[in-house]
Amino acid sequence: MIKKETDVGWKDLEVGCIVVDPGSADQYETGDWRSQRPVHDNSKCNKCGLCFIYCPEGCVEQLEDGLYEANLFYCKGCGICAHECAKDAITMIEEAG
Amino acid sequence: MAKRVGMEVSLAIGEAAKLADVDVVAAYPITPQTHIVEHLADLVANGELDAAYIPVESEHSAMSACLGASAVGARTFTATAGQGLELMHEVLYVAASMQLPMVMTVANRALSAPLSVWGDHSDAMAVRDTGWIQIFTENGQEVFDNVLCAFRMGEDRRVLLPVMIHLDGFHLSHMIEPFLIPEQSEVDKFLPRSNYPLTLDPEKPVSMGAFAPPVIYSETKKAQEENLAASRDVVIEGWNEFAGVFGRQYLPVESYRTEGAKVLLLTMGSYSETAMGAIDKMRNDGMDVGLVRIRLWRPFPTQELRQAVRGSETLIVFDRALSLGGQAGPVCSEVRSALYNEDSRPKVANIVGGLGGRDVTVAAFEEIINRGIEMAQQGSEQKFEIFGVRE
Repeated sequence: MIKKETDVGWKDLEVGCIVVDPGSADQYETGDWRSQRPVHDNSKCNKCGLCFIYCPEGCVEQLEDGLYEANLFYCKGCGICAHECAKDAITMIEEAG
Repeated sequence: MAKRVGMEVSLAIGEAAKLADVDVVAAYPITPQTHIVEHLADLVANGELDAAYIPVESEHSAMSACLGASAVGARTFTATAGQGLELMHEVLYVAASMQLPMVMTVANRALSAPLSVWGDHSDAMAVRDTGWIQIFTENGQEVFDNVLCAFRMGEDRRVLLPVMIHLDGFHLSHMIEPFLIPEQSEVDKFLPRSNYPLTLDPEKPVSMGAFAPPVIYSETKKAQEENLAASRDVVIEGWNEFAGVFGRQYLPVESYRTEGAKVLLLTMGSYSETAMGAIDKMRNDGMDVGLVRIRLWRPFPTQELRQAVRGSETLIVFDRALSLGGQAGPVCSEVRSALYNEDSRPKVANIVGGLGGRDVTVAAFEEIINRGIEMAQQGSEQKFEIFGVRE
């Protein structure tokens, strides 16, 4: 199990800060860059997958019912999904605080 | 048995790297480079040294190639000087923070402009904070010995850091001096092969020099600072081991005729030997003067320095570089900082000299000491002076 980066102290680091656990970049919460959040109106969605294809972060996931949802741990709030959506089903909402 | 030979210091440094059985030498050959890498190129081409010699297109590439060599666990050596060191600058930080051991000798030279290939410490001072262990030397044998020591210190599992050996350009790099060259078997015994704990290995992939967001960068720097500070003990241990085998002892701060001295001169590098001449003469004239020399520049030997100047009333720091727009020369700023919180400390005066190869003689050091005593009386109004500068 990779330690959460906020729990890593200086004594925990490897020699030369070498990363020995492959894929540890998935611990990096790029979601905290976000000032706007995508909100999907599933009544308009035709499940075309454009949001999934265009997301530069690769953070849009398809759910079991075929609808899509952004993983907010990684979503930077760039708004490309909302811009590309053919059905105008995605709205960017200001993050509070 | 060691054999005694006369040799140009740069060539002897090449011989030291050969005796250390280096695996990789990456270097850029054009001025201000010295004969160090030229000699190593000869040794490799003649089959006397089994190493990869990488002729690169710049000093920036030389240091980058050294990173790669060290990252796979190769014993790595390079040399540079002056502007070349500056061109390496950003990669020097990478070597230290990625904890990649290697040894680099630097023939210290002035920086442009105006163009000067002559000696001073401007190049060394510009790389002061790069995280390398840094050692200053006073004569050819010291450079030779410290190249061997540096591999041992830097490759130690408790350290794993690159080591820079500073030698004064021309005053050391181009002089022919007597050397005691040890036998290969003696060096092999002193300098066993070390396996670094984490190297580039397809069987066990790792990421080196990865990205660090704000949440972790401070921790990486704290770890680096602690490691460099802790290397002090291993450096001292290395010198003590060396003294045990080869009989020549090195210390972080060295003193010369300081017993009972009220006035101390502090130097770094080859001018220390010239300064000794002035101390001898002034002692014979009945003055209570002595000399303190800093050998270990990084990590800075704070405790040893405090101990060395304890009991003195005036300390005159001789710098061979300017910190333009600053309070004093770089060495003096460090020394003042180390002493400031002491309850009892000497008045500190600062004289900068020997810039761009300007000669500083024994008689000049007498003048420097006398002028420093006057300056120290001026209290907070005193400023550093450039010695011998014409109006």
